[in-house]
Amino acid sequence: MTSIADQIAGSPLAGAAEATVREPAAPAVRAPAITLPVGTERELRLDLFRGMALWLIFIDHLPPNILTWFTLRNYGFSDATEIFIFISGYTAAFVYGRAMLELGFVVATARILRRVWQIYVAHVFLFTIFLAEISYVATSFENPLYSEEMGIMDFLKQPDVTIVQALLLRFRPVNMDVLPLYIVLMLFLPLILWSMKWRPDVTLGLSVVLYALTWHFDLYLSAYPNGFWAFNPFAWQLLFVFGAWCALGGAKRMTRILSSRVTLSIAFAYIFAAFLVTMTWYIPQLNHLMPRKLEQWMYPIDKTDLDVLRFAHFLALAAITVHFLRRDWPGLKSRWLRPLILCGQHSLEIFCLGVFLAFAGHFVLAEASGGAGLHFVISLSGILIMWAVAWVISWYKRVADKGASKTKGASGNADMAGGGL
Amino acid sequence: MKSNAGAILGLMLLAGLFAALPLRAEDTAPPVRTEAAAPPVGAETTPPSCEVPDYLLATESALPKVADAVRAGHPLDILVVGSRSSTINTSEASAYPVRLQEALREKLPAVAVKVSVELRAKQTAEEVAASLVKLMEVKTPTLVIWQTGTVDAMRSVDPDDFRSAVDEGVAALQKAGADVILMNLQFSPRTETMISAPPYLDNMRVVAKEHDVPLFDRFAIMQQWNDSGDFDLFSAFHGIELAKRVHDCLGRALSKYIVDAAHIDPAQQN
Repeated sequence: MTSIADQIAGSPLAGAAEATVREPAAPAVRAPAITLPVGTERELRLDLFRGMALWLIFIDHLPPNILTWFTLRNYGFSDATEIFIFISGYTAAFVYGRAMLELGFVVATARILRRVWQIYVAHVFLFTIFLAEISYVATSFENPLYSEEMGIMDFLKQPDVTIVQALLLRFRPVNMDVLPLYIVLMLFLPLILWSMKWRPDVTLGLSVVLYALTWHFDLYLSAYPNGFWAFNPFAWQLLFVFGAWCALGGAKRMTRILSSRVTLSIAFAYIFAAFLVTMTWYIPQLNHLMPRKLEQWMYPIDKTDLDVLRFAHFLALAAITVHFLRRDWPGLKSRWLRPLILCGQHSLEIFCLGVFLAFAGHFVLAEASGGAGLHFVISLSGILIMWAVAWVISWYKRVADKGASKTKGASGNADMAGGGL
Repeated sequence: MKSNAGAILGLMLLAGLFAALPLRAEDTAPPVRTEAAAPPVGAETTPPSCEVPDYLLATESALPKVADAVRAGHPLDILVVGSRSSTINTSEASAYPVRLQEALREKLPAVAVKVSVELRAKQTAEEVAASLVKLMEVKTPTLVIWQTGTVDAMRSVDPDDFRSAVDEGVAALQKAGADVILMNLQFSPRTETMISAPPYLDNMRVVAKEHDVPLFDRFAIMQQWNDSGDFDLFSAFHGIELAKRVHDCLGRALSKYIVDAAHIDPAQQN
């Protein structure tokens, strides 16, 4: 247990009404504005939900099948991406926030940049695989029905431009939008943390202002060959910063609000309403029940710019989760949740693996032209593979840490741990 | 750092291993596949049922101009404005516009139905919308079926821009005095990892609602056919036959959609 992140013990969104009063860790720095919960145990709920988000993202990236019906996005506005970015902000702030308090701005920044580099390399690795897949499809696919859609392969005609644009994060194939968003968010993490150290609430306020400005002035990052980033970093930073704010003491301060009955009833009501609305998407027969005024006001629910409705839906889910799933719930240690938690603990690796497996799954489905049965098998084996790999990584890390602690003592490796996605 | 690199290396090795698996399966697959594809299997020669569930062809929006024309016995002039998925290369007569014309003539023998096509290959909704006003000065169709979204999705045009372009186009068509039906993208499972359809599907639905025009949900219908096994849209190798059959089914479904949306009672026509 030498790694810093193994000690992640914060509680997301306030351990609600928990009475465990944690003392603010404020070593070395005089009265910092932020507090880091001190604890002895890793916060397993974070890992659990991050693992769950990884599985859901994997399933959502495959063509729709039975398992798709178990994913969050079918039952409300927000989906796994929100969970993922929020927890990423939370853990990143937790790990690197501590580094910033203990080791200073420069060292923490250096560590964050190293992490950014890792994510960048992972992204390029995935892009290479994607390129191989798409080239194969382009050369082997002949179907007059889809001659128009095959035009998407045109970019293969100028690989020089395409690959450079991919390295600049401007050319991003479908399903490969999360990592670039994460890279950008992490790049700004030193600034966010520095500002949080000064005034957490002001930082969160600035983040909200940026979000509002994004909507007002339609800020976006352009992409190649045209278009824009599918996850607008100007908007999605809100979740990330909010996660960071919660990690650095905000959650604790919200305890009172979160545990109040009013908050919970509002959250329940909103989730139920969102559920009803989503039902009308999948059961068109219900469509006429939707008031037209409401439809005109509500649609489209924008994922690119993190629609307020989506954000609110995530908040409601989080509030309820935190209230009902206590951090000392014994089930968190049960064998059955172990696979999810393991995957959540190695999120960058498992995320990349998930994207890769989704590509591979598409590929197998296309080649084998199998039915729903094969589809189900692919989804399931994908999840099993993710679990197995997470287990191997854990095992390796344990062994390696044991070896390392003999030689160099307890200097933590923040990156492998929660710093990640 | 050391453990980190090791873990990533391990991951890569594993990934490589899994990557190799399907490829190896692929090496042995082709002979089997070509054999299966070459002689038309029984199931493939019989025309597929390609039934469309009612809810996919239900719409609250109406086609008043079409209804009037049919009631008054005027000719029914339909214009399809679309990109390349509105035709079949080398076999235009089998594409859905022609099939639609035939199906409508069958359903409405008393009406002179004429379907013409205005192909706008590789043009985004914005480019097409800009030219619609001019187009409507030359032609005066009763109904315009605007198939769009594919080019925009492929170029990942900003969905907001796409929406306002479709919005503008529909407004122009309505102003010129035509009924409008919007038709969305094809369901194309092979390119799903490369083309992101959902934002464009959503925005077309929004525009259809706002202007109260029917939306022919080609995407959902084709997906339904694929799921129910009527057509295997996933597999890579298909001759022109599959395209012809899909277009035939689309044309027929579209004819039913038009008749229903215009509240024409085919029985009265005979």
